[in-house]
Amino acid sequence: MTEVEETLKRIQSHKGVIGTMVVNAEGIPIRTTLDNSTTVQYAGLLHQLTMKAKSTVRDIDPQNDMTFLRIRSKKHEIMVAPDKEYLLIVIQNPCE
Amino acid sequence: MAPKAQKSPKGQKKGKKKTKPTLPIAEEEEPLNMESMGHPEIYPLVLTTKTQEIFNCRVDDFTDEQTYKLIKKEDILADLLNRAAVSDFHPVKKIVRDYPGEELLLVYDKDFKYGLNFYLIGTEDGKENFLNTPEIPEEQEEPKDLVPEDVYVYKPPVSKPWVSLGSEKEIEEESVKESKKRVTYMISRKRSQFGAPVTFRDQNASSVKDAYIECASYPDKNFTLTQVERDIGLQVIPEVKGTGTQTKWAFPKNASTQYYAREFTEEEKETLEQSKTLAEFLNSVSTSVEIALQQNEIMNTFVDDWKSLAEEESTFGDKSDTHLKEYQSFTDLHSTMEKMITCVSWHPTIYGLIVVSVAVRLSYEERVHFSGKLLLQPSLILFWSFSDPIHPQLMLESPDDIFCFEFCPSDPNIIAGGCINGQVVLWDITSHVDRIENIKAGGSRSKKATLKPMFLLEPDSNKEAMYIRHCAVSSIESGHRKVITDIHWLPDSFEINRMGSVFENRNGINCQLVTCSADCTICFWDIRPQKPASTAAAATTTMATTATNNNSQPPAAEKKKEETIEIPFDVPSTFLHLDLSWKPMSRIKLSKGETSLDHCPTKLSLGEDPLLRRMQGTSSIHVLLKDKVLSQVRALKAAEINPYHNLEAGIANILKPIEDFSTKFFVGTEEGEVIYTDWKMERDSETGRFMPKKPVNLYTVHDGAVHTVQRSPFYNDIILTIGGWNVAIWKEEVMTGPLLQTCCAPKRYTAGHWSLTRPGVFYIGREDGYVDIWDLLEKTHEPAQSQNICITMITYIKPWTFSSKQQFIAIADYYGTLHILEIPWTLSHPSFNEVSSVNYYFEREVNHLEYTQQRKLIRDEEKREIAQEMARKKTRVYQKTKEQMEAELKLEYDSYLELEKAVLFSLGLVKVSEKVSYLDMI
Repeated sequence: MTEVEETLKRIQSHKGVIGTMVVNAEGIPIRTTLDNSTTVQYAGLLHQLTMKAKSTVRDIDPQNDMTFLRIRSKKHEIMVAPDKEYLLIVIQNPCE
Repeated sequence: MAPKAQKSPKGQKKGKKKTKPTLPIAEEEEPLNMESMGHPEIYPLVLTTKTQEIFNCRVDDFTDEQTYKLIKKEDILADLLNRAAVSDFHPVKKIVRDYPGEELLLVYDKDFKYGLNFYLIGTEDGKENFLNTPEIPEEQEEPKDLVPEDVYVYKPPVSKPWVSLGSEKEIEEESVKESKKRVTYMISRKRSQFGAPVTFRDQNASSVKDAYIECASYPDKNFTLTQVERDIGLQVIPEVKGTGTQTKWAFPKNASTQYYAREFTEEEKETLEQSKTLAEFLNSVSTSVEIALQQNEIMNTFVDDWKSLAEEESTFGDKSDTHLKEYQSFTDLHSTMEKMITCVSWHPTIYGLIVVSVAVRLSYEERVHFSGKLLLQPSLILFWSFSDPIHPQLMLESPDDIFCFEFCPSDPNIIAGGCINGQVVLWDITSHVDRIENIKAGGSRSKKATLKPMFLLEPDSNKEAMYIRHCAVSSIESGHRKVITDIHWLPDSFEINRMGSVFENRNGINCQLVTCSADCTICFWDIRPQKPASTAAAATTTMATTATNNNSQPPAAEKKKEETIEIPFDVPSTFLHLDLSWKPMSRIKLSKGETSLDHCPTKLSLGEDPLLRRMQGTSSIHVLLKDKVLSQVRALKAAEINPYHNLEAGIANILKPIEDFSTKFFVGTEEGEVIYTDWKMERDSETGRFMPKKPVNLYTVHDGAVHTVQRSPFYNDIILTIGGWNVAIWKEEVMTGPLLQTCCAPKRYTAGHWSLTRPGVFYIGREDGYVDIWDLLEKTHEPAQSQNICITMITYIKPWTFSSKQQFIAIADYYGTLHILEIPWTLSHPSFNEVSSVNYYFEREVNHLEYTQQRKLIRDEEKREIAQEMARKKTRVYQKTKEQMEAELKLEYDSYLELEKAVLFSLGLVKVSEKVSYLDMI
């Protein structure tokens, strides 16, 4: 298996992970474990939010940069790891 | 005013000349004169012919020239005297009297110049004038005749002398007169001084005294006010700038866009996946992601520990109050014999309605003895309502004492009961439902009525509870032979056929019953009418025609039987097909194998109890199957007919078997055993008949008859059994033993029930009238609470929830009184996570059981090992050689010698010699 697949599989196998997806810089999903419509929705919305968050951090301090974004909601936690070209989105249900 | 005063008497003289022709006027009234025409002395008169004759002044006597006549005053006066009021001179009587002269002049007015035919001149002057100037008027008459007579002739005013009427005085008073002499001053000045140039010079005003008067201002204390406060207002405004723009106004239009998200095609995705950048990205990012994931797995950081620690604070009522509170109690006062309550049930839908079955409190011998008397007494099921503690709302009549009954879960108007003689009785109270449904409305009436003594209430027609006859009873020969101890409706999610195989319920309603009785059998009953044998065989698949002892009679015979029986008119015909011919569908005999003594079941517990489950709101099989079945059944149902009146509706459907249905159930027996057995029949290989299966498990746990076998409303596989002096809790799959078995109580337990809202609580009634409340989370070795309810044995306990704030428990005692108590908040409301705690407790108990089992095994192992050791040791002993035995004997003998020496020495018979330990000698 390719490294990419291995990494993604490892992440997916964590406890409570509902779904994982890789999205490109424009918000178009590349790889996902969820169904298409959900993926498209998550990708579009989170891409915009990530851009906003990144620009907020940069506005406050131009030398700073956003490294990780975690959104905790009642039901689960959405984790976004941004990069120059891609975005890794993981959805986990943290409740034991 | 003088002229006016003068005029007024003359004015009076004018009077009403025109309107008064010849009527006599008042005596003093002055006659009219012709002042209006300028001749005040002329008095017109009318002289009648008689007067004319008297005075010789007939009309004919007068000529144009001599139109007058002088008449003597005395003549007129004499005429007046003679003729009084009739006299023509009456109007001028006064004038004549006052006439100074002697002769009056009477003039004939031919032309009626003055209105009447004669006129009298009243004054001397007038006479003179007339006499003297008769020519002038005659002369003037001619030119006058030319002038028309209606021209007003102007007569210039004649000056008259002043007549004073006293107005000078007034004028004098009001005139202004100078009272003083006027003073005159003459001021003169030298002429040279006039017009001289004027020089002004200044003068200081203050130097000269009194040159000026000043009004200096002074501080007036009244007007000095120190202003301490001042109200000011400040407004801050942002810098504003007014600007304006002109926009191009466009029509608002609705516009919509349809889009779909951009996606990569499969090839693009694959190429991207292969790209190195993606791999690098994932490598760099995966560590942080994994850290985050693991953080969540380790601990939930967002949990509010304080919140989860605290219990629910909003309590209703006192938290420390843990006792059951008396709410009401019901006793049937009308019965003559002493009764006890055998079974209690709350009405499933109507609030405040509780149903009890009463039986006579006699032993078997006494029953036989009093059987005649008992026949006259109706055996009743009473409906009590909270609103009326004296009169039952309904009374259901049955052929004999009822020992257990149950409401049909799908239709609360159908009640099935089991009799003491083994009959199953059915009631249908659909027609009387309105009596019990509007109990609250009737309660207000009854409140007033209860003030009156009871004997006055008897004839009240709407208070009279009607006896409702039973709808159907089972056949006496083919039913149970002894008292029916328990009766249950089977859940409406499945139905059973004669073999015990489970099928989907065709009707969607509860239509099957299970009963167990003291004759060691468990029977399954069906309330639907039996189909004729031919079609029934086609419908079901596993039908053995001759083997079983039921349904073999052709329906025609049954119908004949029905026709001969007369049914009272007020009994509904719902179960007419069953009456007196109802046979059980299948029968299970609980035999103990070869011995003749069979198990005598007292209570059984099948799958979920539908009524309890409904309280809980969860039901697994119920939900799964009911939806499927109901949707089918509903499609078939035409109008809204009560399904119980149309029981044949579903029979036409083909039975569909249900897979994987557990047909096992728990039975409690009279000997105190708990049996876990199966109702499905199997083919016995030897005889070829269908035989009930042997019990899966049998436990002898209780010391007395088991009177309660009940599943927990929270967990489907936890069963509570109560009997004798102790309580046991079982889990269905655990075969090793009960999870919990309490130690013996001081008094016998006679009734019990799980709590409906708290998973770890159950109530037990004792034979001395106490209720023990057990809380598994608190204590398991003794009850958490004990409360006295009544003085005699408690026969039945049934709790019921009406709302989250009101939970009642009905406790029935041996003397026939039903006590309703209110469960306090602490006992009715579970704590925060009680369900999971109790579940955990049960799991622990299961583990404990397993552990004990394992320990048992280990112990057995150990025991065996020890036994082996012992055995081995023993064998080793027997293998001792002869030499060893001799050496042992020698040793014994030596020790004996030593002993002898010592004894002799102590007795003083032997001298002390060197004592050498004999051990050294060996």
